Amino acid sequence: MTDRAFAVVRAGALTTVQDLGRPGHAHLGVPHSGALDPYAARLVNRLVGNAEDAAVLETTLDGCAVRPRCAVTVAVGGAPCAVRIDGRPAAWGAAVRVPAGSVLDVGRAVRGLRSYVAFGGGVAVEPVLGSRSTDLLSGLGPAPLADGAVLPLGPAPASPPYAGPAPWPGPPRELVLRVRLGPRDDWFTPAALRTLTTRAYRVSTATNRIGLRTEGPALERAVPGELPSEGMVLGAVQVPPDGRPVVFLADHPTTGGYPVIAVVREHDLAQAAQAAPGTPVRFVAAGGAPARA
Amino acid sequence: MSIRMRTRQVGDRALLVELDSGEEAEAFHAELLRRRSSGALPGVREIVPAARTVLLDGLERPARLAAELPGWDVPPLHARVAAAVEVPVRYDGPDLESVARLWGVPAEEAVRIHSTAEFRVAFCGFAPGFGYLTGLGDEYAVPRRDTPRTSVPAGSVALAGPYTGIYPSSSPGGWQLIGTTDVPLWDVAREPAALLAPGTRVRFVPVPAERR
Repeated sequence: MTDRAFAVVRAGALTTVQDLGRPGHAHLGVPHSGALDPYAARLVNRLVGNAEDAAVLETTLDGCAVRPRCAVTVAVGGAPCAVRIDGRPAAWGAAVRVPAGSVLDVGRAVRGLRSYVAFGGGVAVEPVLGSRSTDLLSGLGPAPLADGAVLPLGPAPASPPYAGPAPWPGPPRELVLRVRLGPRDDWFTPAALRTLTTRAYRVSTATNRIGLRTEGPALERAVPGELPSEGMVLGAVQVPPDGRPVVFLADHPTTGGYPVIAVVREHDLAQAAQAAPGTPVRFVAAGGAPARA
Repeated sequence: MSIRMRTRQVGDRALLVELDSGEEAEAFHAELLRRRSSGALPGVREIVPAARTVLLDGLERPARLAAELPGWDVPPLHARVAAAVEVPVRYDGPDLESVARLWGVPAEEAVRIHSTAEFRVAFCGFAPGFGYLTGLGDEYAVPRRDTPRTSVPAGSVALAGPYTGIYPSSSPGGWQLIGTTDVPLWDVAREPAALLAPGTRVRFVPVPAERR
């Protein structure tokens, strides 16, 4: 068969379709969603000649394997991993040609957590509210990949694959997250604020696309109870009753009732997406005092 | 109306505006939508109303807007000419009797109270298309169930705190279930996808349970 589609040979632990998300619907309870490492997603798209917002695959730790039904240019980026075409090694971080019917295997991440796979023409599942992203919180968008599933590809891009340098910072050995305190830092004791910005945390195994969960010293509250529900932003550091901070990632709920002690700079969240469980985490105060009137 | 607002910056690009009451939050939200549709709020990506707050996300200069807000005139909410969305309900929920007991009235009177109130969608959350509707007086607030249900059927009309909500899809939930509706609450082919978007007026119309 030569139609523009690929079959899933090995879905991996969790592989989803992601583009740059569905902003603008938070007031209806719709999470932003989108690639957790948008820099990597944009880069692999450029490498195959796609628009930066084309839909790609996002793998989790152990990669995936697919069999395109047509010859297609692909690029694998994000977390470094072995790339094989019909068992033969191929380049990571560069455009490579996969013949029709061959198997593209994206191996286990050597470092980092999430690899990104772009196909010339993009993954062409039906958009929902302007995005093809899988949203694991609300279930919008396509289901996570399953063995045997067939996903459509868009028409091959007219622009040639990009052949220039492909800068990528690499996954963090230590995740440093710059935060601005607030909006609810006043719900915590002064000691808790010092703890957050001076003590060491680790990425928990319970981390997912909704939030980066941490293990480390609990943050003590000055005000007990729950807030009336309020709007939540990407990067919000929410503190649930167990006191361990959770950094909200792309599939985070749009409203919540646990206080947000600080907010991580959006730029640093791509690194958070690549921090495997066990990675040390430091929260660093930046961006001035909390502004309040 | 001059209303008191407190602002808190949220990260580098967002502002959380706190108001004294849910009604003021709804009035302020309505004013934000008016200003955005007239082009006076360029660049804002999300306007997210909630119980006592409105979040503005995607601002170039949150501090500048925070400085402007005290000078805003926010008109009170008024009953708009647009008709309310009517939601037909079979008042057959498993918690109707216990809600009636909490209110100190017979079940039929609880149905009358709920179906004669005028509601407004204060905000959405929990799931796409799940609106938090206000309109019952404070005296009708009810607690969540002690033990949440592992599965609440789609279309369940439910109460918790001062709010009424309708589950758009089957999910776990701890609200008190008083009835059921077949109205499609969420349809991505519709604009907006949510039947109950913030600001929408709503009435519940009783229909006989036998018509199921």
